[in-house]
Amino acid sequence: MIDEHLPVLQVVVPLLAAPMCLLLGRGTLAWGLATAVGWFALYVALSLLGSVPAGGEIRYALGGWAAPWGIEYRVDRLDSYVLVIVAAVGALVLTYARASVAREIARHQHAAFYAALLLCLAGLLGIVITGDAFNLFVFLEISSLSSYALISLGRDRRALTASYQYLIMGTLGATFILIGVGLLYMVTGTLNMLDLAERLPALGDNRTVLAAFAFLVVGICLKIALFPLHLWLPNAYAYAPSVVTAFLAGTATKVAIYVLLRFLFTIFGAGFSFSGMLLSALLMVLALLGVLVASTVAIFQNDVKRMLAYSSVAQIGYIVLGISLVSVTGLTAALVHLFNHAVMKAALFLALGAVVYRVGGARLEDMKGLGRAMPLTLAAFVAGGLSLIGVPLTAGFISKWYLVLAALEAGWWPIALLVLIGSLLAVVYVWRVVETAYMQPRPAGAAAVSEAPWHMLLPIWALVVANVWLGIDTDLTVGIAGGVAVELLGGAP
Amino acid sequence: MALSLYNYWIVIVLMMTGFYIVIRSTNLVKKIVGLNIFQTSVFILYISMGKVEGGTAPIVTDGATAYSNPLPHVLILTAIVVGVATTALGLTLVVRIKEAYGSVDEEAIQRQDREA
Repeated sequence: MIDEHLPVLQVVVPLLAAPMCLLLGRGTLAWGLATAVGWFALYVALSLLGSVPAGGEIRYALGGWAAPWGIEYRVDRLDSYVLVIVAAVGALVLTYARASVAREIARHQHAAFYAALLLCLAGLLGIVITGDAFNLFVFLEISSLSSYALISLGRDRRALTASYQYLIMGTLGATFILIGVGLLYMVTGTLNMLDLAERLPALGDNRTVLAAFAFLVVGICLKIALFPLHLWLPNAYAYAPSVVTAFLAGTATKVAIYVLLRFLFTIFGAGFSFSGMLLSALLMVLALLGVLVASTVAIFQNDVKRMLAYSSVAQIGYIVLGISLVSVTGLTAALVHLFNHAVMKAALFLALGAVVYRVGGARLEDMKGLGRAMPLTLAAFVAGGLSLIGVPLTAGFISKWYLVLAALEAGWWPIALLVLIGSLLAVVYVWRVVETAYMQPRPAGAAAVSEAPWHMLLPIWALVVANVWLGIDTDLTVGIAGGVAVELLGGAP
Repeated sequence: MALSLYNYWIVIVLMMTGFYIVIRSTNLVKKIVGLNIFQTSVFILYISMGKVEGGTAPIVTDGATAYSNPLPHVLILTAIVVGVATTALGLTLVVRIKEAYGSVDEEAIQRQDREA
């Protein structure tokens, strides 16, 4: 039956479709194939989500080699939850991509562009689904290398330096992870995540384990772009092609946060990771600094893409803050925001991509008077912005609500206050765009601008509707996230 | 005792050398060189840990009683491939940067960006 092979199809289909895109050679054909594969990946992710029992898992031995000798794919509810996020953003972004890519990227590069995007998707899905620590590193590098290439395709020459900077920092991060995995193998003799989780507690406060832990946490935090390791992110997001920014903002950092959760809670166990409060305090302080500093910096950006990039750093702060509270509510908040932020940021960046498609730029002065010229696109932007702020009836409100709840539960009311201050800062930077687009007239003599084409509006509005829907019906996000949070903490003594 | 673990000392020295070059150098090509040294140190780390006292190469032959652990070797083959790909991509970017800015010096590039 095909059903039992779903875990491997999730990764192999996009991986094999990538070279096929190159062979097709023509932009439109490659786009068609890539989009079909994107939707297939979403179908697989949803069926996996439907078939993973609560508290259970699906295991798949690659090539029939039993774990721990062979590489095993393992899907529990956390995996399937993240898989759905990645695949859904991937499918919608690919659907949207054709016109935007045709405008922003040279014609002869289209096939290669879709090939790289599929490789990136395959890598990200692979990171989530694999149950092998070294395999995780390989998938991490597949997704990273293809994202460096994708970022460098931006029209501005600064895209090249942004991509280079990301390459250096990303490789340092990945090599740190490689060192950590190596040290773990050294003391346990296994690379299988479950095996690692079984053997590590017996070693106690082994120095090598502590070193591995430090290398892994720093390496993963570089990939997450946790403040102050976020320096690569704003430039990379600002100068990458619109489609790439939307895709990476919705998936790459989310998958890195998944890796952090996997290592901290499943492999090392919450008892080891957060013993002595050191890591918890460190993550909490950095997360809060990230929220406040990045939100403040976002207010002073003139390039709206860059502004949203800094806002991403702030949102990553909220997610890590939820993790640092090490409670069921805190983890639920982190996981819910993981989903919601992917949905709102993808919507915002796609809407911005439509603006770039029509106007040619995404600076604040380019957006003057667009509220009237592109009503549907800007309405989507405002809806995404409201969600970013955390206005009730949007997805963002649910995440903030649980985060504040978790902070109060732990007795940290100043943190709840800082979360609210972060939201107020978001009001300021979102308002700057709204004010420019709706209250200022188009500059005299500027070319007439029409609404974005329907095939771009459709994916944008699908995400906007999801944003509102997830703000009202929280069964999908809070329901699953709550269960996953209990599972993650279940291993803790 | 300390000297018996000399390959680990080499790993640390190489790792710090590479890391320092990546951080300190403003020349984009030299940064890639530093990155390579940094990665190579990790390769040696893996290969060192695969060594079994008195073991030979992991090929079944008469008279051999102990073999080195082949798994780290295989893992490192994969990591080397990743390293080659990273270097190739990094150098490609440097070539494109040189075409766009006429320089491979980080400070000169930043100066041009500020003026633009």
